[in-house]
Order: sequence, then C-alpha cells, then structure tokens
Amino acid sequence: MNIRLTNRGNTLVAALNGELDHHTADYIRQKLDAEMLKSTTKNVVLDFSKVTFMDSSGIGVIMGRYKNIQKLNGKMSLAGVNERIRRIFEMSGLLKLMSAYDSIDEAINKM
Amino acid sequence: MNPINEVKLEFVSKSSNEAFARVVAAAFVSQIDPNIEELADVKTAVSEAVTNAIIHGYENKVGLVKMTCKLYEDAVEISVTDEGKGIEDIEKAREPMFTSRPDMERSGMGFTVMESFMDKVEVVSEVGSGTTVTMFKTFSSVRGKNNAL
Ligand SMILES: Nc1ncnc2c1ncn2[C@@H]1O[C@H](COP(=O)(O)OP(=O)(O)OP(=O)(O)O)[C@@H](O)[C@H]1O
Ligand SMILES: [Mg+2]
Repeated sequence: MNIRLTNRGNTLVAALNGELDHHTADYIRQKLDAEMLKSTTKNVVLDFSKVTFMDSSGIGVIMGRYKNIQKLNGKMSLAGVNERIRRIFEMSGLLKLMSAYDSIDEAINKM
Repeated sequence: MNPINEVKLEFVSKSSNEAFARVVAAAFVSQIDPNIEELADVKTAVSEAVTNAIIHGYENKVGLVKMTCKLYEDAVEISVTDEGKGIEDIEKAREPMFTSRPDMERSGMGFTVMESFMDKVEVVSEVGSGTTVTMFKTFSSVRGKNNAL
C-alpha cells in the first residue's frame, strides 16, 4: 500500500493505493500523522478510490486520525468509497461521524 | 457431507502473512468458481481471523497460525487456529465495538465483519491454550453449477 499526499488550500488530500490491513496500517498511520501535524493542514480528505482491499484495521486507522483532527478543530471526509468498503464503514458507524462523497472535488467543496 | 478438497497451511505470526493467507484461501476457493463478491467476502473474513490470531492470540510475539480450508460442491469451511492467549468471554468478544486493545487503535469490528461476510462463525477458545475460529459460507452463485465435479 502507498499513499499520495497533496495539499488543496488548507485541505490535505490523502490518496490511498492498494490493500489496507493490519500489516499496512502502521505505515499509513505514520504518514498521515506526520502530515497532519503541519500547520498547513486543517481538514483531511481520504481518497479510497484506489483501495483494493480493506478490513477492520482500516476502521481503526481512520477513527484514530479522526479523533486527532477533531482535537485541532478540523474536519475529515471520505471520497471514492466502493460498495464493499462502504458496508464495513456502515457496520462500524463511521459514516455517522464523517461523510463519503463520490469525488475528491465534491468532498473538498462540501468540507 | 464430505469435502471435495482440503488444504492446510501453517505460517508464523507475521503481519505480512495476513495478505498471504487471504490470497491462499481465495485461490483455493476459486476452484468451485464463486463470483468476485463471494471471493472478496472470504478474503475479508480470513484477514480478520488471521489478524486476530496475530495481534490478540500471540500478542505480536512469534507463534504458528494454522489455517484449514475444506471445499464442498458449493461451499467452504475455513478454520483459523492459534495456540495463544485464548478468549475469556467469547460472547463479549463477539459484540460489535468490543475490543480489548483500544490502545492499538482496534475498533472491535473483526467478529462483526466475519459474521456479516460469512454464513456462520464458530469460536472455540480456552484461556492459555488458544483459539479456533471456524467460518462457513455457501456460495449461492455456485449452487448446481458444479454437478460434474
Ligand atoms: N485469536 C484470538 N485470541 C485472543 N483473543 C482474541 C482473538 N480473537 C479475538 N480476540 C478478542 O476478541 C476481541 C474482539 O475481536 P474483534 O476482531 O471483533 O475486534 P478487535 O480485533 O479488537 O478490533 P478490530 O478487529 O476491529 O481491529 C479482541 O479485542 C480480543 O480481545
Ligand atoms: Mg480483530
């Protein structure tokens, strides 16, 4: 799994690519935390359009980052979530905390 | 009901083997040609069970995880076993959002995911000796397709 980080104004867009499980979660967690500490980041959009596999480890990573960004008064949303991953998000109640949009642009516009 | 095929796999409790185990399970099950959705269900459930064996069973120490897959005409039974810590209260462990490791950013959704992607999930565990999770799934897309087997 790899991650591509782009800044769009004060929103950090993190595009995940590959399989998000317990093995890859640590790396994603480190990358996101380092970037989210920077003063240029207020809000975060997680782009899932290239995530080919995710299990419950993914929920832990997102929830953890969500708590951090909330403490800094920022917001988090999701983009490009496929049916299967959406099902896992719904089970966990994650979509009650943040919205999932079809595209990154929509996620940024509605932030 | 006798299985038409069976495979056993044993691997050390390294997180890099999570992907390996779920790919093996999916490749084995592919023999009866389930659809992509059903294969993804199996992959996700196996990933949950194996991850639990590694982080909770062996608490990230070295141990052996065993996976057995039994294939039927239109179904599969997969068991994942560790000889680790064991589960004190299985009923509680299976509750959605219950985790003993919030410190590790676990969400307590593993069993819930297994239950929703498979038809049946059985847990046998003893504190100090280990845990076996057995999951069963019938593939409705396969039913009747493999009479020739
Ligand atoms: N193989 C195992 N050995 C020992 N304890 C286990 C095992 N599998 C599960 N458990 C216990 O059951 C609890 C619930 O498991 P479950 O997979 O549902 O959630 P989790 O692993 O804590 O979090 P998540 O799967 O969402 O990352 C675990 O927190 C752990 O206490
Ligand atoms: Mg788990």
